[in-house]
Amino acid sequence: MVYITRIEHFNAAHKLFNPAWSREKNEEVFGKCANENWHGHNFELHVTIKGTPDPQTGFVYDVKKLSLIIKEFVIDKIDHKNLNEDVDFMKGKMCTIENIVMGIWRQLVPNLPEGIVLHSLKLYETPKIYVTYFGE
Amino acid sequence: MNRVAVFRKEHFNAAHKLFNPEWDLEKNFKVFGKCSNPNFHGHNYEVIVKVTGIPDPETGFVMDLKILSDLIEEKILNRFDHKNLNEDCVEFKALNPSAENICIVIYNLLRPEIAADLDLQVRLYETERNFVEYPA
Repeated sequence: MVYITRIEHFNAAHKLFNPAWSREKNEEVFGKCANENWHGHNFELHVTIKGTPDPQTGFVYDVKKLSLIIKEFVIDKIDHKNLNEDVDFMKGKMCTIENIVMGIWRQLVPNLPEGIVLHSLKLYETPKIYVTYFGE
Repeated sequence: MNRVAVFRKEHFNAAHKLFNPEWDLEKNFKVFGKCSNPNFHGHNYEVIVKVTGIPDPETGFVMDLKILSDLIEEKILNRFDHKNLNEDCVEFKALNPSAENICIVIYNLLRPEIAADLDLQVRLYETERNFVEYPA
């Protein structure tokens, strides 16, 4: 079994804000991440698929094709966007990287070719903060 | 003489858009592309402040980097971190927050606070691949 990872980037605005709470409670829980006018990040997404290399190509899967799939079903929806306002799969959800990574997983899995297994996603919000999701 | 450059690196996360209010949406999109998203996008900005001078014979410092760090936090990070540059920052009320303009603003905020006999230069990374310096 070989694991191959493609890294993509997107730059986006977001805020951590629960509309059911007062502004004070949001600030208490989320601090400056609750700024109502948003803030932003250069996000980095690691997409890892797994499989056995094809004997003819040596590929688990052509990562150029994987990049195009990630671009069409994920990056084009979120790059240079406002994650709270512009992204259909984040509507009604808190815009934490925990929820973003699960949303990205659900975007990718139905659009991967048959036989290609998504192993994990890793999403960096900053160089010091990232989440990992295995689809559980 | 022994002129030495000292550097301090700091980060801030902010939302922005590139948008000229005198143009219509189409012209803004034509010039700025997806950076003109009216709902903003964002970046993890990295600021590198360079101070050049002759080390003080008593301290061995060109400038105490703890003092420089506190200065950057007070004058820059507290203004811009987790903010919307277009909406929250008076410096960009009538100035497009391109990396170029942000860098010039940062320089102008720091220059009066640093001894006149020390040279100052600011480098600002908007992404890993796009960065600006002022003065050039």
